[in-house]
Amino acid sequence: MNWSAMGDAFPSVIAAFFKVTLVSTVVGTAVAAALGLVWAILGRSRTRWVTVPVKVVVEFIRSTPLMIQLFALWVLLGSLPTEVIGIAMLGIHFSTYMSEVYRAGIDAVPRGQWEAATALSLPRSHTWRAVILPQAVRNVLPGLGNYAIAMFKYTPFLSVIGVGEMVRTAQDYGSNHFEYPPVFTLCGLIFLAASYPTSLAMRKLEKRLGH
Amino acid sequence: MATEPANPEADASATAPSAACIKFDQVVKRFGSNTVLDHLDFSVDRGERVTLIGPSGSGKTTILRLLMTLEKVNDGVIWVDDEPFSHMRTPGGQLRPANEKHLSAIRRKIGMVFQQFNLFPNMRVLQNITEAPIHVLGQDRAKAEARARELLEMVGLGDRADAHPSQLSGGQQQRVAIARALAMDPEILLLDEVTSALDPELVADVLNVLRDVARETDITMLIVTHEMQFARDVSHRVLMFDHGRIVESGPPDQIFGNPTEERTQRFLRAVLEER
Repeated sequence: MNWSAMGDAFPSVIAAFFKVTLVSTVVGTAVAAALGLVWAILGRSRTRWVTVPVKVVVEFIRSTPLMIQLFALWVLLGSLPTEVIGIAMLGIHFSTYMSEVYRAGIDAVPRGQWEAATALSLPRSHTWRAVILPQAVRNVLPGLGNYAIAMFKYTPFLSVIGVGEMVRTAQDYGSNHFEYPPVFTLCGLIFLAASYPTSLAMRKLEKRLGH
Repeated sequence: MATEPANPEADASATAPSAACIKFDQVVKRFGSNTVLDHLDFSVDRGERVTLIGPSGSGKTTILRLLMTLEKVNDGVIWVDDEPFSHMRTPGGQLRPANEKHLSAIRRKIGMVFQQFNLFPNMRVLQNITEAPIHVLGQDRAKAEARARELLEMVGLGDRADAHPSQLSGGQQQRVAIARALAMDPEILLLDEVTSALDPELVADVLNVLRDVARETDITMLIVTHEMQFARDVSHRVLMFDHGRIVESGPPDQIFGNPTEERTQRFLRAVLEER
């Protein structure tokens, strides 16, 4: 085994990390956070015609594997670039988990806040925007951050639809040079170097928000 | 189109007396199998200040919450300003349960101050007061802020406009909540045990502010309180509740000085002993 392969593979692996893995995580997190909020708000609608379908969709996505969902979306939207499909599916998949974080954060806003808004005749949409969500966001940031880190570690799945993310790039290098252990170790170290400080930062944030 | 009203008693032809600002007509409210209000009838005149007393669980707070549309009636009709409030008229003149649009139109006449203050912690004091005047009444910011500062001055907190609610004592928060309710110029003000969550030494400030409001405005007030001296000072009439019914009603001097019902006497003795 030639450990110097780690150094040789480094430029292409780190480039894939920044160009694909990191971009997918950041954009995917943004999609998941936005869509998760939509699920959470729709889930609190007053009519069952909204809440029941939302619940079904969310439960379905949460109960099926990401890899199969990636294949399914790839088959459905085959004409789009695989990066776009991959990021969309990551975002949709994790939005169903984030909606649960939002739900808990929204539930943690005391009922008296809704009642005070009613007593002031504030419209429901304004109550969401100006009263409830600003308070809920404090409650949800740590939870959303943890799912962002989880998503980061799920990005290697994108390789199944042919996205050239970091692990796929390392694997290509490995098969060309028949040097698997060094390049996969390199990937592991890069994941560790990125996610460990992030989760430490999350823990700090959690403490500061008083959880 | 001739759909039967949910409640045969809810007949629109039965008009409320015109002096009444609030009228409960055979109102029933149940929580599960627990009947909190049992065919309750009472009315409040315009400008009248009425205090509801009675043991906890007797339905006083539920009356305020029904008026604020935080709960729905199970039966009977609530009228506000001779208009059905819990219900609305169909083209055929009958009554059916009110929809959100109907509720929101009449709700604006009513303001409420809560036991737990319920200030918005994400807004400063001034914005707590101006939020609804700007976004509900459509006042421009400068006007709403000027009025908010006046009200803060009135409740003795003119220098705390930029504070966050968490920086205020409970008594101060409650005074801000009173200013916030008044900023909407309500016809009717509901006070739900507004001093019950306060440390004893903070109660007096809040009650004095409310005495001022009572003296200087003609807002109709419905007050739920255990502060009997305050009730005696500000109310025109006192209603004694027990098990969702009115046991006794009369001017404060009579209810507190010379109650005729044994239940009222027993309740007042218990409250006085608590002090």
